[in-house]
Amino acid sequence: MRPLKTLRKLKDEESHIVITEKGSPPRVIFYGEDLWTENLPVGTRVIHARPPLEGLPNVRAAIRYAINHPEEMEPLHALLEPGMKVTIAVDDISLPLPPMRTPDVRQQVLEIVLELLADSGVDDVHIVIANALHRRMTEAEMKRMVGQKIFDAFYPDRFYNHDAEDPDGIVELERTSENEVVAINRRAAESDLLIYVNINLVPMDGGHKSVGTGLANYESLRAHHNPKTIRETDSYMEPSRSKLHQSTERIGRVIDKHLKVFHIETVLNNKMFDGQMDFLMKREEDFTEFDRLKLQAMQYALKRMPRAAKRKLFHSVPAAYDVIGVFAGATEPTHRKTLELSWKQYSVPVNGQSDIVIFGMTHISPYNVNSILNPLLLQVNGLGYYFNMNRGVPVVKKGGVIILCHPAYDEFDPEHHPSYIEFFNRLLPETRDAMVLEHKYEREFARNPSYVHLYRKGNAYHGAHPFYMWYWGENGRQHVSKVIVAGSENNHVPELMGWERADTLSEAIDMARGFMGRNASISYVHIPPILITDVKVGSKEEPDQPALPPSAGTGASATPPAVRAGPAK
Amino acid sequence: MTSKAAFYDVDGTLVRTNIVHAYAYYAMNRGSITGIALRTLSTVAGIPAFKLLDLTNRKVFNEFFYRYYAGLSEDRLLTLAEDLFEDVLKSAIYKEAHDLIAEARRAGCRIVLVSGALDFTIQPLARHLGADDVIANKMQFVGGLATGKVIPPIIEGANKANVIRDYCVRERLSLDQCFAYSDSFSDYAMLAIVGRPTAVNPDMRLRSVARAYNWPVLDLR
Repeated sequence: MRPLKTLRKLKDEESHIVITEKGSPPRVIFYGEDLWTENLPVGTRVIHARPPLEGLPNVRAAIRYAINHPEEMEPLHALLEPGMKVTIAVDDISLPLPPMRTPDVRQQVLEIVLELLADSGVDDVHIVIANALHRRMTEAEMKRMVGQKIFDAFYPDRFYNHDAEDPDGIVELERTSENEVVAINRRAAESDLLIYVNINLVPMDGGHKSVGTGLANYESLRAHHNPKTIRETDSYMEPSRSKLHQSTERIGRVIDKHLKVFHIETVLNNKMFDGQMDFLMKREEDFTEFDRLKLQAMQYALKRMPRAAKRKLFHSVPAAYDVIGVFAGATEPTHRKTLELSWKQYSVPVNGQSDIVIFGMTHISPYNVNSILNPLLLQVNGLGYYFNMNRGVPVVKKGGVIILCHPAYDEFDPEHHPSYIEFFNRLLPETRDAMVLEHKYEREFARNPSYVHLYRKGNAYHGAHPFYMWYWGENGRQHVSKVIVAGSENNHVPELMGWERADTLSEAIDMARGFMGRNASISYVHIPPILITDVKVGSKEEPDQPALPPSAGTGASATPPAVRAGPAK
Repeated sequence: MTSKAAFYDVDGTLVRTNIVHAYAYYAMNRGSITGIALRTLSTVAGIPAFKLLDLTNRKVFNEFFYRYYAGLSEDRLLTLAEDLFEDVLKSAIYKEAHDLIAEARRAGCRIVLVSGALDFTIQPLARHLGADDVIANKMQFVGGLATGKVIPPIIEGANKANVIRDYCVRERLSLDQCFAYSDSFSDYAMLAIVGRPTAVNPDMRLRSVARAYNWPVLDLR
């Protein structure tokens, strides 16, 4: 008999934690470009995102208010003088995910800021996309981001992608106290004022990371994008506990010392889906009959479409994000406000860790917008992002098992990810040790003139980028004993990654239980929409998840959604 | 000291012209009206044959084509080569070719042009691009006049791979650290012998091979 407190929690409509019982509805799980509906074992803890916070009723007014009432800086208009040189840096296409509906919040900020600059007699204005070593955005993507009017006025001479490999386009400032190279975009460095327009989707973004990373070059990024720093970082999402952020802060402070930087940070809610896909924002307990019908229709259609078409379809559906906050001013006080609001949206309190954690892997990551989620990106999504969506304590116990639901197809986009292909096919068969990879091969890839050229003139990620993807997954790899890919359509991708495979989720759970014990606790982190777990361990409070009797549950089974609906509202 | 090199095919890879353009320039600057007329007419008449041979066998094409040079004087060809570069080749260099070469130099590569064109045609271009070495065909001259024969080995197809290998042995370079760039499937051997091949403005066959072998594909056009 479970205690009253636990039983109450099971019935709590506001709770983001649901413990599955006999008769619970099957869970929707992303499986690449498809959706699974699976009955999870009884006692599985399902962790849902918070509902989206209410969007600002008047975003333009909020932007104006923020730039007129900035944090620890003079209002933007007071910083402007006729004839001065201003650079506006904006986040690239990796934010938000998926791209938001137009008008993009960057467009809204730019429209107001550019008008203010023009009114103040500031004509020497460039807009630089802070893409660091990410791929250049295409003309169409740039137009979509800022709108036709700004695009026509500024592209291509005054609106362009940052080029980290332009030998004349980078300036090295003084080094940090830890001897880290601080090198940034020359135009930005030589401007009288740098305005950074950021989108904060998760707490990892923004702050000193904006300029110090987005406008940097390879030598500067090496200071923190390395396996040692990653291993010493408790969570990417908790800047105060992140060695990575400590490094970017040191770099950012040097930049702030040399440049006048005015940050405009915007915070989005987590409303990824609305309209016909709004059911994906709900707990399965709250599905209506119509929601189940829509889910079934979607699954039916996706099952019959070629993968490329499914990909195209998903990439063409923008997210319905709302702007929930706009803050401006000096780097640190502005970012403190941003983080506060960001936690309010994304942080989900969770009591205790689990032995086994299930992640449904979507088709998208920050690095494959309008492209393919290749095996390295699957790795970085699973072990880099999803695993790290916490405030210092992962949901999965040390030595536990992670189950990733994804076909793990061996597909790469040669235009966006040419260096990834060589990394995957040439380096991973030799070693998976991040330290060895960094020491032996990173510089070779970074300096490969073909990759450098494809980064500078094409739309390819930099030659060093696949290494960063591998390092990003380092904490997950070091933390868990086993990763199982449920539904992997081949053997070699999991094998090269050092993972195991299973045909179905049910088989993967059985394998994980065989390793962790029959009464191992299981959590399913229901992403998307995005959430960040705030796991409390060792507290006197009772864990969310009751201890499972050895006989509890029989593993998962794929069940048509309309057949096994459970007690829906 | 550099231990690697970047080998570049020239025609179609770094410049949009080919050896027929060069010869046409020499033919049209023959020095006498009859000479110009005769050589121009015979070149124009030979175009279908050139096209066919180029598509079927680059080696036979080169041997066949270079016969047209017979009787041209060496000093005139050397002078015209400089003019050819200024008038034709310089403006035909792909804009991004300079960047590509600069990127290889920054990566510590020695820059080597490998071309089926004649060496005196390539030299001014090599100087302009800052190449360290040129591997190109050498015309045989007797008594100051071209014989129309090329001194073996003819630099084309599989022979490009041989000369690159010999160059690396001679210069103590590591083949698997070297880069090669070409636009044509006829240079498959040259691309395959180095550790870092790249297809540049590739023809259909090379594009498909590059995709199959996961070689990077660049477009300088």
